[in-house]
Amino acid sequence: MRKIVVGYIVAIFILLLSIWLGISVGSVKVPLSTLWDTEADEMATNILWNIRMPRVLLAGLVGAALAIAGAAFQGLLKNPLADPYTLGVSSGASVGAVMTLFFNISAPILGIFTLPTFSMVGAMLSLFAVIGFAKLVDRTMKMETLILTGIIMSSFLSAVISLMIALTGEELRQIISWLMGSVSMRGWPYVKMVWPFILIGALMLWFNRRELNAMLFGEERAKYLGVNVKRSKLMLLLGGSMLTGSAVAVSGTIGFIGLVVPHMTRLLFGADHRHLLPLSFINGASLLIVCDLVARIIIAPTELPIGVITSFIGAPVFAYIFFRQRRTKGA
Amino acid sequence: MLNVKQLSGGYDPKKPIIKDISFKVEKGQFVGILGPNGSGKSTLIKVISGILAETSGSVLIDGKNRKDYSTKELARKMAVLPQLHAHAFSHSVRETVSIGRYPHQNSWFQTWSKDDEEAVATAMDQTGITQYTDQQLDFLSGGEQQRAFVAQALAQQADLLLLDEPTNHLDIEHQRKLMDMIRHEVVYHDLTVISIFHDMNLASLYCDQLILLENGQISSIGEPHEVLKEKHVMEVYHTKVSSYPHPVMPKPQVTLIPDFQEEGQASMTITSKQIKVKDEFVELQTMFPLKTISSAVHNAGFGWFQSFINRSVDKNYMCENAHEELKQYLEKHGFSPSNTVAMMTAVASKHVVIREYSSQVGSIVVAVTAGVGNAVDVSQAYKRVETTHVGTINTWVFVNGTLTDESFMQAMITATEAKVKALAVENIQDNISNTTATGTSTDSVLIAATQNGPFFEYAGTITGIGKLIGRGVFETTRIALQDYKRAKGVL
Repeated sequence: MRKIVVGYIVAIFILLLSIWLGISVGSVKVPLSTLWDTEADEMATNILWNIRMPRVLLAGLVGAALAIAGAAFQGLLKNPLADPYTLGVSSGASVGAVMTLFFNISAPILGIFTLPTFSMVGAMLSLFAVIGFAKLVDRTMKMETLILTGIIMSSFLSAVISLMIALTGEELRQIISWLMGSVSMRGWPYVKMVWPFILIGALMLWFNRRELNAMLFGEERAKYLGVNVKRSKLMLLLGGSMLTGSAVAVSGTIGFIGLVVPHMTRLLFGADHRHLLPLSFINGASLLIVCDLVARIIIAPTELPIGVITSFIGAPVFAYIFFRQRRTKGA
Repeated sequence: MLNVKQLSGGYDPKKPIIKDISFKVEKGQFVGILGPNGSGKSTLIKVISGILAETSGSVLIDGKNRKDYSTKELARKMAVLPQLHAHAFSHSVRETVSIGRYPHQNSWFQTWSKDDEEAVATAMDQTGITQYTDQQLDFLSGGEQQRAFVAQALAQQADLLLLDEPTNHLDIEHQRKLMDMIRHEVVYHDLTVISIFHDMNLASLYCDQLILLENGQISSIGEPHEVLKEKHVMEVYHTKVSSYPHPVMPKPQVTLIPDFQEEGQASMTITSKQIKVKDEFVELQTMFPLKTISSAVHNAGFGWFQSFINRSVDKNYMCENAHEELKQYLEKHGFSPSNTVAMMTAVASKHVVIREYSSQVGSIVVAVTAGVGNAVDVSQAYKRVETTHVGTINTWVFVNGTLTDESFMQAMITATEAKVKALAVENIQDNISNTTATGTSTDSVLIAATQNGPFFEYAGTITGIGKLIGRGVFETTRIALQDYKRAKGVL
């Protein structure tokens, strides 16, 4: 129990630290005191409130959403390599988002929530398609089967996106940068656009934390334990799609956060979803804020897409987990 | 507790796998489900527990239809443990067991109560995994993992426990520990258990009732001795089996009989020439083991043996532990103690009388060593205080043929009666009561059969083989007695 308490304290401390770094470090140094100092330099106040703060918050929200969604997908599918990116769910969300952006769809009732909503629908459709197909291939849904299906889905959807971009003839650089994933120059509207979805999605997962624990022993055993497996599964898939969809809508496809964060958290604090979910949420936020900071300053004044940084960290971790799973299984 | 009424069901409603199954289980009973692969054992558990829908019939738990229970209510009443394996993510043992408390907890908020804590501690204690509390499940052995899964089911604190081959992949130590623990819960805490078994003998040892399934239907149901009949098992499993009582427990055991026959065995016959007379012992070595029953010093009772030794010892041979001394003696002379039957006598090995008898029913070889310095009249023996003299009649009968258990016992009786008659005819006296002796106080008889060739269902005195044994033992013993008298200078 003590270990878990320490885990939460350390996670929150790291989160605050990354927020502080995210706000203050950059081409213009912004001291933390600007937050409350009413007589602070006007430009600093401006940079802090209109550029850095929404950027840091957005990075945090996106990171948290992807990490908790990854943790839930892994638990639900009993597959340590599952995350929104590897399952092709992010690609599905991208298709939804690209369609909204480039066909300029605006549903009157949804208002500013049109983009995340379409993104979520895209995420959900691709998720159901991937799981459905993987189950058709082999009923037990082996780790590799699911990931391969995710790759098939991603490749296909990338082609769909490329086709749409080619047809619309818009300037490519901007779109590609969006596809690589970025949280820059989004501002407050984007933060306002996604936080409700991320909150609801995260709560949907959290309410199923004990059901996730039970389902790790198989759906059959979970049913015997009194879990309403159908309802829990649906809640988890919907919640996961909601989180992925809203994250992709504001930041494009940022890979591997949902893989790296739950993996590290599990390594340190175990696979109990009662703690794995909230800890992944907090750590995901911290990691993406730091990644964004690195993307901003590493080759300043040019900015790297944040997806580059996360892939640099994520791909080796993916390889490592894959290696270890195969070795221990002896398959 | 559980009432299964005309239950049918399976994966496909049009093709039910289990058909019209009815049985009742009382509280505090342990019921084993047996049956060949694909007979519907796991399906039965799944239909009873509601994972698969029944196409007809019903399942009553404590008088209430299973369908009328909510999922959590049902999980508090009935714990089901399918075949589980450790998964991709490691839980600690404690976490694993704690998950069993799920049906006792509130849906939305964390409500870990004292009851939960106690139930988890008790379940871990019962299964003997308390010392692994904080260890990760995937670092434990298969047996320990299985115990953790059973602990998870016990933590549900349900009255009814359904298990699917709980001893799968476990060695006999872990099998025993797990089954002992479950049996303990059944006997002392009124737990009701229904478990699928692959191993009939294990099921027989631990279950009150057995259900034998065949093609989705009950082939037989009842106590182990009623279900594990050779005929039933052979019909259901299409395999020759033999049933025998457990050596210690009052439960039947079943063992299969291979169809495969090694070549050459059929042509084996025992002849008198094969018995060798050495300085210190009389010896027979056979190419194949003989089924044997004897009252020998070493390896008495039923068994299969290839070496037969009748050892001559000095008449002053005294040993605290004759069994151990004889075993060492056999090892020293290159015999495998577990493959050898050995007797002892004070008669010199050269005095053995070996004779062969045959008739149209078959043939036997008889070997006798007789020393009667200690002759006793069995009817007067109660007047004796102790034995003072050495002297033993050791009788070997080798039958070229197949004997049933019944004929083995009858052969023992026939041989003994023939020996008594020989003593009477040779007028051997009990020196204390001065009546005709019936034997000595340490006589041994051995009947061994090749178990191929002619089949002898009975071996009483007027059966074909009984006549051979009677005559053979009578005549051989007489010669041996005359020889003894000659050696002692009486004749």
